[in-house]
Amino acid sequence: MKKLLKSTVAALAIAVSGIAAHAEGKLAIYHWFEYIPQELLDKFSAQYNVEVVMDTYDSNEALLANLKAGSMGTYDVAVPGDYMVEIMSNEGMLDTFSPSEMPNFENIMEQWMNVSFDQDRKSSIPYQWGSTSFSVNRDVYSGDINTTDIIFNPPSELQGKINVLDTAGETLTLASLHLGIPQCSTDREQLKVLNELVQNAKQHWASFGSDVAKDVLVSGDAAAGMIWNGFGMKAREEGANIEYAYPKEGYIVWMDNVVLLKDAPNRENAIKFMNFLLEPENAAAVTNFARYTAGVKGVGPHLDKALGAAPELNPPAGGNPQFVQACSEDVQKVYDTIWTNLKK
Amino acid sequence: MAGVASKGGEVRSDTYRDSRTWLLLPAWLTLVVLVLVPVSLMLVYSFLTKEFRGGVVWEFSLAAYDQFFCDRGLFGDEPCSIEWNYITIFWRSIWQAGLATLFCLIVSFPTAYFIATRPQSTRVIWLFLITIPYWVNLLIRTVSMRFMLREEGPVNNVLVWIGIIDDPLQMINTSFAVQIGLFYSYLPFMVLPIYAAVERYNFTLSEAAADLYATKYVTLRRVIIPSIQPGIIAGCILVFVPSLGAFLAPDLLGGAKNFMIGSLIEEQFKGNAGNWPFGAAASMILLSMVMIILTLYARQQSKALGAGS
Repeated sequence: MKKLLKSTVAALAIAVSGIAAHAEGKLAIYHWFEYIPQELLDKFSAQYNVEVVMDTYDSNEALLANLKAGSMGTYDVAVPGDYMVEIMSNEGMLDTFSPSEMPNFENIMEQWMNVSFDQDRKSSIPYQWGSTSFSVNRDVYSGDINTTDIIFNPPSELQGKINVLDTAGETLTLASLHLGIPQCSTDREQLKVLNELVQNAKQHWASFGSDVAKDVLVSGDAAAGMIWNGFGMKAREEGANIEYAYPKEGYIVWMDNVVLLKDAPNRENAIKFMNFLLEPENAAAVTNFARYTAGVKGVGPHLDKALGAAPELNPPAGGNPQFVQACSEDVQKVYDTIWTNLKK
Repeated sequence: MAGVASKGGEVRSDTYRDSRTWLLLPAWLTLVVLVLVPVSLMLVYSFLTKEFRGGVVWEFSLAAYDQFFCDRGLFGDEPCSIEWNYITIFWRSIWQAGLATLFCLIVSFPTAYFIATRPQSTRVIWLFLITIPYWVNLLIRTVSMRFMLREEGPVNNVLVWIGIIDDPLQMINTSFAVQIGLFYSYLPFMVLPIYAAVERYNFTLSEAAADLYATKYVTLRRVIIPSIQPGIIAGCILVFVPSLGAFLAPDLLGGAKNFMIGSLIEEQFKGNAGNWPFGAAASMILLSMVMIILTLYARQQSKALGAGS
């Protein structure tokens, strides 16, 4: 609620200041909450004399739901995660641009150019990327944490003290990695095993929560918890004696991307904004704020020193990082049933 | 408040009769635009075909209701047997809401009676004290309750310090914590209507009962409670209905381990499921249940009035 209020006030403030400056145009952003520093929006607003308004959402699915419920044509850009870019593209919600429209397009790191969810970056640019696994309180458990057993077959010290993310997508994906079965498997035996795994593991879980994932680790309510890397780093910086794990079975990586929406009312300003975010200094400003990693070359000199050495942001070489896949309708239906069985 | 209606039946002169249409216009607009249209839309949606990842296809379908009542196995291809998942979720919500209502009633009745029997001048202060905490946002109150109940929170610390328990109790993330949360969230909704009813109660009736050799218990059961019953029922409805759809207490205090009606419906619209017709159908079933409760109340009310005149 506070966040909502804050972002609304911020959006209003920008709107007012924009009008006062007789802005030449507008830009409507649909973004995650608390994911872009206000100063950066002000900077863009001043630099291009554009009035910026922003609304926020709290999950990829909520973004899709609201756009589907009739918000297409309202916003110019949004910031979906990798698999959601693909879904939105298949739903015909994205516009395309050519690299020549964006001078900073070449700043995109090589590894983030040719991504499976948007070949050759026709509709999206990288925003931030990170990983999802879990952090463990080292006062409570001192053994090996780099295994998904911590969540799905926990040692006695951690039983009953585990928080998992309250999203079917990430939790069931990590469970699939634990079992070593492919994501979106259509194999009935594998899906049955997946169902049984989470059913049995639930007895060891204290809570399901995404927005509280940091708080429960800091307060000690949970001794181990699934978490996004940047959020985990913030928890550690707030005093929790926790360590972020890179399980050998695999962990989830994700990338949030700025996409150009179809029927964008201010397409030109949207392109300017995307180009602006590919400026190393600006991409670094987002990273310093959100504590994830930019996909832009040359951000190094602009970054906070603490980020360079943070274990959360520097995964070990090798490992088995996996993007979440968008499942087919049939498989998604089974996932929904598994999730309902789990939380009934 | 419903309790006021206890003297129903008499004709009430209406000074504003001529301008009634205009004065009621805002209420009618609210009713139609904000209640009737959205609810009708939900009703229609619940009979449509689901579109993958949210949205509806405009084709008639009973799939949403089938999903609610029929268990067709993990892969959805078995013959229909009774689906217990959603019944369990609804029953849990009803049970929690019912318990919260009961606890509120147990605490509120003596409280309201106490306040109503104070001198006129101090009653306002007591009522004010009851309402003070409720000027704070519900979210903030629920989060504070989380701090209170956690393993190293004040409640456990005090209990250990006194020596009642040796080790901290596991209270957070249990249905007990959800109970506490619901009870605390909606307590004044029970106190105020009962107070309103007791305040109007004619205390000479209690004296009359005593003169007729009624014991204190009989006076309570046969005289006081029947007189203030409308207030009690209004309070019960005001606590039960919002508790039924509550999601803050289950999420923040119960650890969101089990769906409640509210979170189940939210999942259909905002979560991975993206099943709008099913979310609409679950809402309709919930709405029907609430309607049945309210209808029973209305019938009971009119019967009571009929008997009184």
